[in-house]
Amino acid sequence: MKERLYRSLQQKSITLTLVVSLAPLLILGATLYHQFENTCREKTREQISYRAQAQAEAIDLFLKERTAILNAMADTHTFQHMIDTQNLTRIFEVMNARAGAFVDLGIIDNTGIHRAYVGPYDLRGRNYVDQPWFNEVMIKGHYKSDVYMGFRQQPHFIIAVRRHENQQAWILRATIDPNRLEEIIRSARIGRTGDAYLVNRQGVFQTRSRFEGAVLSKANLDTRQFGGRITVIEMKDHTGEDCLYAGSWLNDNKWLLVINQQPLELLSRLFALRQMEMVIISLGVLGIVAMTIFTTRLVINRLKKTDLEMIELNAQLVQSDKLAALGKMAAGVAHEINNPLAVILQKTGWMEDLLEEEDFQNCENLDEFRKSIAKIEEHVERARKVVHNMLGYARKMEPRLEDVDVNDTIQQTITLLENHARINNIDIQVDLADSIPVIASDQAQLQQVFLNLLNNAIDAIGSNGSIDVVSRREDDRIVVRIKDDGPGLSDEMIRKIFDPFYTTKEPGKGTGLGLWVSHSIMAKMGGNIHVKNNPDRGAMFTVEVPIVIPEKK
Amino acid sequence: MDYFSILVVDDEVDFLETLVKRLQKRNIDTVGVTSGEKALETMVNKRFDVVILDIKMPGGMDGIETLREIKRHQPLTEVILLTGHGSVETSIEGMKMGAFDYLLKPIKLEDLMVKLGEAFEKKDLQEQKIRKARIKELVRFPGRVFQQEKEE
Repeated sequence: MKERLYRSLQQKSITLTLVVSLAPLLILGATLYHQFENTCREKTREQISYRAQAQAEAIDLFLKERTAILNAMADTHTFQHMIDTQNLTRIFEVMNARAGAFVDLGIIDNTGIHRAYVGPYDLRGRNYVDQPWFNEVMIKGHYKSDVYMGFRQQPHFIIAVRRHENQQAWILRATIDPNRLEEIIRSARIGRTGDAYLVNRQGVFQTRSRFEGAVLSKANLDTRQFGGRITVIEMKDHTGEDCLYAGSWLNDNKWLLVINQQPLELLSRLFALRQMEMVIISLGVLGIVAMTIFTTRLVINRLKKTDLEMIELNAQLVQSDKLAALGKMAAGVAHEINNPLAVILQKTGWMEDLLEEEDFQNCENLDEFRKSIAKIEEHVERARKVVHNMLGYARKMEPRLEDVDVNDTIQQTITLLENHARINNIDIQVDLADSIPVIASDQAQLQQVFLNLLNNAIDAIGSNGSIDVVSRREDDRIVVRIKDDGPGLSDEMIRKIFDPFYTTKEPGKGTGLGLWVSHSIMAKMGGNIHVKNNPDRGAMFTVEVPIVIPEKK
Repeated sequence: MDYFSILVVDDEVDFLETLVKRLQKRNIDTVGVTSGEKALETMVNKRFDVVILDIKMPGGMDGIETLREIKRHQPLTEVILLTGHGSVETSIEGMKMGAFDYLLKPIKLEDLMVKLGEAFEKKDLQEQKIRKARIKELVRFPGRVFQQEKEE
C-alpha cells in the first residue's frame, strides 16, 4: 500500500521534473535549429545567385571583349588590306596575342563568299549566303552564334561584325573556342554536386555539363522558368535530389548560364551543427534523466526513512505516553493501597500486643493466632513491596547527579551477577569501548537498569548460553547493548515488555516491574531503552545514556 | 518512659486508634486526633515531646501547614511525618521546615519506636543545651531578669 504510494510519487516526480526540464531544452534546440536552417538556406540561395551573376558577368565580358576587338580590327583596316592573307594572319596574331581564344578569322564579302581565311581549316571560297546568320549580320551589323557543328564537325561558335566601306559591306568573322567558355564556367562548379553550363533558349547545351550531357545535346531544362536577370529556383536534379538552380541570361538573352547545386552539400555545416546539437541535447537529456531519477530516488528513499523513523518515534511516543499514564495511575493506586495496608499492619500489631496479655496465654490456639497474624503481616509486606517497586523506590526517582563511569558501572553490575551466571553455565562477554567519557548521571539508577537487563537475560537463557555486553560512544550518547542467545521475544512481548506487571516469569517469581522501572529511569534521565530480536537468536536490549559532561568542581 | 508524651495526628481513624492503643500499651503517654486543627487545639493545653503527623489529610489543614504552625509555636517539639509514596517530595520539604524525619506508610511499630527514641534523645539534648545556657547566663549575670520563654 505504502510502497505503491511511494512508487506513484516517484513516477509523478520524475515525469514532472523531466517535462519541466526537457521541454525548454527541446524547444530551444528546435527553434535554434530552425532559425539556423533558414539562415543557411537563404545564404545558400544568395551564394548561388551571386555566383551565377559573377560568372555571367565574366562570360559577358569575355564575349564583349572579343566583339570589341573584332570591331576595332574591322574599323581600322580596309577590305583590300584584310583580304591579303599575310595581313590577315598578322591581324589574327595580334588579336590572339591581345585577347586569345580565336580559332580562326575570315573575311566574307557582301555576296557571302569567304574571301580570306586564317585558321586550321580551309574555308576559303565557301559561300555563306544561305546561312541564316549571314543575313542577320548584314542587317544588324553584328552577330554571335549559338554553338554549332558547322562544316568542320567541331562544336564552335562565331562572332561576326559587318563593316561598310564605299557602299560595300563586308564581314569580319571569327570562330571562338567554346572550351574557353567552359574554362570560365568551370570555376563555378563547386563540391561534388555543383554544375555550371550554358544552354540556349531551346535548352541545348552550349558548354559541356558536368553530369547531364555533352555540348549540343538537349538539356532537361525548361529555360522559360528563368526570367529577368538572375533567377533561383528549386527542383529535382537528374539524381532526383532537391537542387538549387540559378540562371542568368546573357549574350543578348540568347544564352542562359545555369549553376546548380544540391543545397544539402552547401548545408553540410548545418548538418554538422545539427549533429552536434543532437549530441549535446542527447547528452543533456541523458544527464537530466539520470539526475532526475537519481535525485528522485534519493528523495523518496529519504522520505521512506523519515516515515519509518516517524512511525518508530510515534510508537515510542505512544509507549511513553502509555507508561506515563500508567505511572500516574500507579502512584494513585499505591496511595490508596498503602492506607489500608497501614491500618492492617497496625491492627495485626495490636492483635500481637493483645496476645501477649495473660488472658490469652492459656488459650490453646495461641500459636495458631500467632502464625495467622505472622502470615497476614508477611502478605502485607509482600503487597507493600509491590507498591514500593511500582514506584521505583520513590526516593531514588529524582536522579542524583554524580560522576559516573558507565564502563565501571557495567563491570560492577556484572561482578554482582557473576556467581549466578557461572552456576547456570552462562558466559558473559564484555566489550567496552575506551572512548567513553565520565558523565554526570545517577550510578545507582544505571546500575539498577543494567542489573534488571542482565538478570532478565540470565533468566531468558536459563542455562548454557552467553551474554554479550557492549558499550559504544555514538554521537552524544553512550550506547550499551546487552545481547543474549535465549529464545528471543514474540511480537506481543516486544510490544508489552515495558508495561508494568507484564511478566513471563512464573507467578511469584517476578513482579513485572523491573523493565518498567528501567524504562522510567532512562526516560527521566533523557536517555532511552529499547529491545529487538537478534537476527539469529535471542534478544538485544539497547540502553542509550545521554552524555552530560560533569561540571568542574 | 511515662514522662514522654506523644500526639498522633491522622485522619484515618482505624489507623489512629490502633497506633495510639499500641503506644499506650508500651507506657507512652499518647493522644490521637484526626485533624491538624484539633492537633493545634490540643497542644495549647498539653505539651508533647513528639508529634506524629500524617502529611496527607484531605479537607482542612494538611500536614505541612500543621507542621508550620507547630514549629512556629513550639520549636522544640519534634515532628515525625508519615507519608505515602506520592508525597515523598513533600516530606523532604517538611524536613527542611524542621521535621525530625519521615516514615513511609505502612509503618512497622518497631521502626517507629526507633525513630521515636531518636527524636526523644534529640529533644532532650536540645533542652539540656538550653538549660545549660540559661544556667551560664544566670552565673554571669546574677541580677538579670529573664523573660518567660514564649512557648504558651
